[in-house]
Amino acid sequence: MASAPVQRSLERPKRKNPVLRTRLPTLPPAARSRVALGLTAAAALGRFELQQCRECGMVQYPPREACQSCLSVNLIWKVQKPEGELLAQTVLHHSNDLFFRERLPWRLGLVKLDCGPTVVAHLHEAVEERVRVRAMLDRAGQAVIAALPLKESSDMADDRQLREFTCDPRQRKVLITDGKTSLGQALVKALAKAGADIIWVGHSEPWKKFPGFDELQKIPQVTLLPLDVTDSKNVREAAAEIAGKVDILVNNAEYHRSFGIGNRQGVETARAEMDVNYFGFLRLAQEFGPAMRARGADGKASAVAWVNLLSIYAHANFPPHGTFSASKAAAHSLAQCLRAEMRPAGVRVVNVFPGPIDDEWNQLLPPPKLAPDTLARSILSALREGVEDVYPGDVAQEWLARWRDNPKALERELSA
Amino acid sequence: MNALAAFAEEFVQGKIRVVDLTQTLSPEFPNISLPPEMGQAWPFRIEEVSRYDERGPAWYWNNFSCGEHTGTHFDAPVHWISGKDLPNNATDSIPPERFIGPAFVLDCSREAARDADFLLTKDYILDWEKQHGRISQKSWVLMRTDWSKRTDPVEYQNYDEEGQHTPGPDVDAVKFLVAERDILGFGTESIGTDAGQAYHLRPPYPCHYYMHGAGRYGLQCLTNLDQLPPTGAVVVAAPLKIRNGSGSPLRVLALIHG
Repeated sequence: MASAPVQRSLERPKRKNPVLRTRLPTLPPAARSRVALGLTAAAALGRFELQQCRECGMVQYPPREACQSCLSVNLIWKVQKPEGELLAQTVLHHSNDLFFRERLPWRLGLVKLDCGPTVVAHLHEAVEERVRVRAMLDRAGQAVIAALPLKESSDMADDRQLREFTCDPRQRKVLITDGKTSLGQALVKALAKAGADIIWVGHSEPWKKFPGFDELQKIPQVTLLPLDVTDSKNVREAAAEIAGKVDILVNNAEYHRSFGIGNRQGVETARAEMDVNYFGFLRLAQEFGPAMRARGADGKASAVAWVNLLSIYAHANFPPHGTFSASKAAAHSLAQCLRAEMRPAGVRVVNVFPGPIDDEWNQLLPPPKLAPDTLARSILSALREGVEDVYPGDVAQEWLARWRDNPKALERELSA
Repeated sequence: MNALAAFAEEFVQGKIRVVDLTQTLSPEFPNISLPPEMGQAWPFRIEEVSRYDERGPAWYWNNFSCGEHTGTHFDAPVHWISGKDLPNNATDSIPPERFIGPAFVLDCSREAARDADFLLTKDYILDWEKQHGRISQKSWVLMRTDWSKRTDPVEYQNYDEEGQHTPGPDVDAVKFLVAERDILGFGTESIGTDAGQAYHLRPPYPCHYYMHGAGRYGLQCLTNLDQLPPTGAVVVAAPLKIRNGSGSPLRVLALIHG
């Protein structure tokens, strides 16, 4: 087997040549059977699951309707050990597929997984004989298998092929819609450290100077941007100015009050939650979405991701924060619409479903609560790992497991 | 010729000028902010319904939303708890003749420039009267501070860690204007007829407490007060006829001679 060439650190792309036409986005082959979507469903969560037969224990790939060994239809998707041996590799120099044509040469290999099957995988440049595999979403939003070096290295994410699957913020331009919250500030710092080129940081009601403002201004990549997602005119004008440059949009603007139905008169608080959490998102999507869709294939630092800060309560209502939960459920539904509309451009919509964040609106909730720094790191990892549904922290993971197991039981547990 | 006919004639001849004391309603104009756990007034927001397009081919129009206390606005007595049980205390029930009155403009712009927390006192008013004459009953008293010239919202709101710093009247000044001058209402250029730090006065927000408690009105976020003479202007300030409304954005006009 030929030894892999050593990966050089990511070169800074040249500035865009304004004389040339911006390429239109193309997608890798997207068709999958319903069964094969099992791989996608797991990859969306960052999990490597393969079909396993409940009768004979056989692990199989590609997904099928029945066990290829004993023909049983009693198959389940199970997390598998993501390691194996690279049997063969090749470099494609020709492809009839439009997506790959534009990205040649392309490295592929055969990996014999420790759990049994042999799979075709996209190869990282630095792979050796033993490899780690990951199911990742490609630009079409479908799961593919990538083979990575066993050992993590600092510049691993810079691999040219890997960057086609990930939304790594390095050398990309980011908008964070609310820099006033502790999460917003943690995100700015995490993304600056991850090598983002420019970070626009939105802040509403500029007369209310917020803690951390001066510190944010000192970060060289940061440009503060007056942005109030409840003001259509403001969102439109901000988009007119920068939407054509935003590669990653992180919508963390959130209005959170802790009321159910009976302990708050009137609809004003609920309306304010909807206005920020749902309509604010819609305004951003209408104004920034088209520009990002147009730049899905704009060179090495193209538009790649839209991140929504949702909540685990988007899945099941937490009655003490009942109207907030409802607004997040609405936003979740809208995010599915945005995902469908962004997919043709290869721009990934990442939904983040945290449990209670350790901030002033969850003051009275007992720990464990998610530290803003931890949440920011989870979002960064999701961008780097090609995940589209993020359940950061133990609380969110546990609720996800309960919700998948029995939504009705979770509804009862949350309302107890 | 009766007085109204004489007015009309002079008006048509351009001898009476109209000064617009109103700020433009826009999403950028700062709105009143309460502590975040409290209910909030909507800022002014505007959404396009159609603009000669597929949503309406030959017409342009918008929907707008705002609180009763947004932009240049009128405060009715029912706005404050002290005025809640008075008769005719809401925007729809205030007798319409109360929407027009002579204006007395007290220029506090130099004091406000020196001290953002400047409080207008009874002595200040008495001194002013020595120079310009006694404030008459059923009149608007307008406190000119040039605050409206602070076009940067940050400077206009003027917040620090202890809250807002904007000028307003002190307790005795308000009581004096109500009890001894029997005025129609009090108007300012900043957000609120009370000073930014008036929560710490006794009682808190005295202009709201006493003016509304006595069935008087408030005007705030006024502009162009520097174009008015100290006396002699007539102000027209009619709020929207909202049923049981506590106030309303409105167009405030001043008529001046010459």
